Amino acid sequence: MNLAELTVGQDIGSRRLEISRADLVKYAGASGDFNPIHWNERFAREVDLPGVIAHGMFTMGSAVQLVTDWAGDPAAVVSYGTRFTKPVPVADLDGAPGAVVEVSGTIGALDAAAGTARIDLNVTLDGQKVLVKAQATVRVA
Amino acid sequence: MTINPHLQGRSYPAGDVYSVGRESIREFARAVKAGHPAHFDVAAARELGHADLVAPPTYAIIVAQRADARLINDPESGIDFSRVVHAEQKFTHHRPITAGDELVAELHVDTVRAMGGGAMITTRAEISTVDGDAVATTVSAILVRGEGQ
Repeated sequence: MNLAELTVGQDIGSRRLEISRADLVKYAGASGDFNPIHWNERFAREVDLPGVIAHGMFTMGSAVQLVTDWAGDPAAVVSYGTRFTKPVPVADLDGAPGAVVEVSGTIGALDAAAGTARIDLNVTLDGQKVLVKAQATVRVA
Repeated sequence: MTINPHLQGRSYPAGDVYSVGRESIREFARAVKAGHPAHFDVAAARELGHADLVAPPTYAIIVAQRADARLINDPESGIDFSRVVHAEQKFTHHRPITAGDELVAELHVDTVRAMGGGAMITTRAEISTVDGDAVATTVSAILVRGEGQ
């Protein structure tokens, strides 16, 4: 991929992220984040949440795969940040997806001197943004 | 319980070493539904010029949250973990994390801001190899919700 061939506003694709309760348990195990709000319905409600919610880091970590696949090398992502604005409640549907998050990305900026492209991710649940200012800076050869 | 306002500016020196293993990278990659072969196949990672399997872009959160736990579990902090919500996260990679890395993290509490009955706390983990080479800087904002928030 060549920086000169890229343009601001260009679409890098989209992906649909189906999330089940099992995904949250897997993420808890892989990340070491065992906060019960991500797997225990009773506990989540006791602390005034609508129910079990996805780890913000699960959503953030899964959404960036669109960028990694586009870049061709996971190590090309030199920085990545976001704000978590809305929780992603994941319903208990016996293994069926309890939430479906839509991810799409566009080129937000190009920096020829640094050799990087900024990818802006649009990450929504039922049409509402769950990640805000989700931006990844990618090194482009 | 109230958040200790004197936390701001506090830092926690590098703690236990985190050894990055191939299976840990594979397990994390599967957990975030990452399919890139460089997370799973050593030959594919080497073809891209890496020494070993490459970690996904948010893998450093494992090391960062272990460092955060030292603050959250500090009895002086006044933080109730069950009321912690992640508000913001940023990763800056100084070099890729690959299998075989031995990592440590130094934690800095950059800001503590009272919000309602709770507080917004910004922490920064400086992640390096045990030999002192900078690997990643992670910045987390956590909201500790007050009662009724």
